[in-house]
Amino acid sequence: MSNWYMLTLVGADKPGIVANITKTLYEADCNLGEASMNRLGGNFTVMVMINTEHSENAVKEKLALPCKDQELHFHIDKIEGKLHNHHVPDISIIVSGADHAGIVAQVTNALYDAGLDILDLNSDVAGSEDKPIYICQIDGQAQDGIKALEAAIIPLREKGIDISLREIETMVG
Amino acid sequence: MSIKEILTYPDSRLKQESSEIEKFDALLQSIIQDLEDTMAEGPGAVGIAAPQIGYPIRSVIVDVSSRKKIKHHGHLVLINPEITEWHGLKTGREGCLSVPDFTGNVVRAEKIKLNAYNQLGESMNFEMEGYEARAVQHEIDHLDGLLFLDRLVSRKNDLFKRKNYK
Repeated sequence: MSNWYMLTLVGADKPGIVANITKTLYEADCNLGEASMNRLGGNFTVMVMINTEHSENAVKEKLALPCKDQELHFHIDKIEGKLHNHHVPDISIIVSGADHAGIVAQVTNALYDAGLDILDLNSDVAGSEDKPIYICQIDGQAQDGIKALEAAIIPLREKGIDISLREIETMVG
Repeated sequence: MSIKEILTYPDSRLKQESSEIEKFDALLQSIIQDLEDTMAEGPGAVGIAAPQIGYPIRSVIVDVSSRKKIKHHGHLVLINPEITEWHGLKTGREGCLSVPDFTGNVVRAEKIKLNAYNQLGESMNFEMEGYEARAVQHEIDHLDGLLFLDRLVSRKNDLFKRKNYK
């Protein structure tokens, strides 16, 4: 019986990590599902679905040495491998401003209360060390309609958060 | 009337260039009817191209009239369509009947001028913009053996970050 696992890898970024780890997984009879790699603050991060006949412990054994060589921490969770079930976002939200604590919490809580289901969130701290700016892009589904979200961002704007909504209309041809 | 199977990637027929149509005969009318019937069965599709149902000929249907608050030209059967002018660029999200369960960002011209024939062989000219222009560009790509997968742009970075110039 094949099992699905979510493999999480974190470490200092350097060239060749993806090639090295995917080769290890291939040689360990692990098939890859969906994956998302990001470089966050100079750190390499990836989450990758793997499908294999082997046990969790067997996969851990195969990964231990290559991850040690690459100075990577890894973590494995057993998951349900639900492929072919992508949700299509209908709203894109951009949040930006001077970086300070609590922006994400304020924005995501207000939008959640107005019916937003977040499908994708990426944020960056840009600007300079003495003047950091925060930029966050969120894609999601407006479960209670766009108007509810538009109303929810008014108080956020009044608090000085730059936030904009853009409807995403997916063209299927 | 017949609903055809929609070819899905990686079927090699989707990568073929389609031929110009020279005869506006009964065979063409029957292929167009197949396209109409198949598109009507598609989940929310606003366009379809003949090669998607296995006919490598330059014929597409585009109908974005179901979308609210946009400029459009209604239900269009386009034979040998040719874009003659492109203006502006815009990123938008696309999906495709031939690539199920995947959507992605694609950059297309915001406005186009288009020459085509209708199914009776009459010449037509259009100026199109926005969603309709995107749909037409997507369908014409099918006639050239291209899928939107060939034009995907980053799904994260449509906010372009300024580089530090000194």
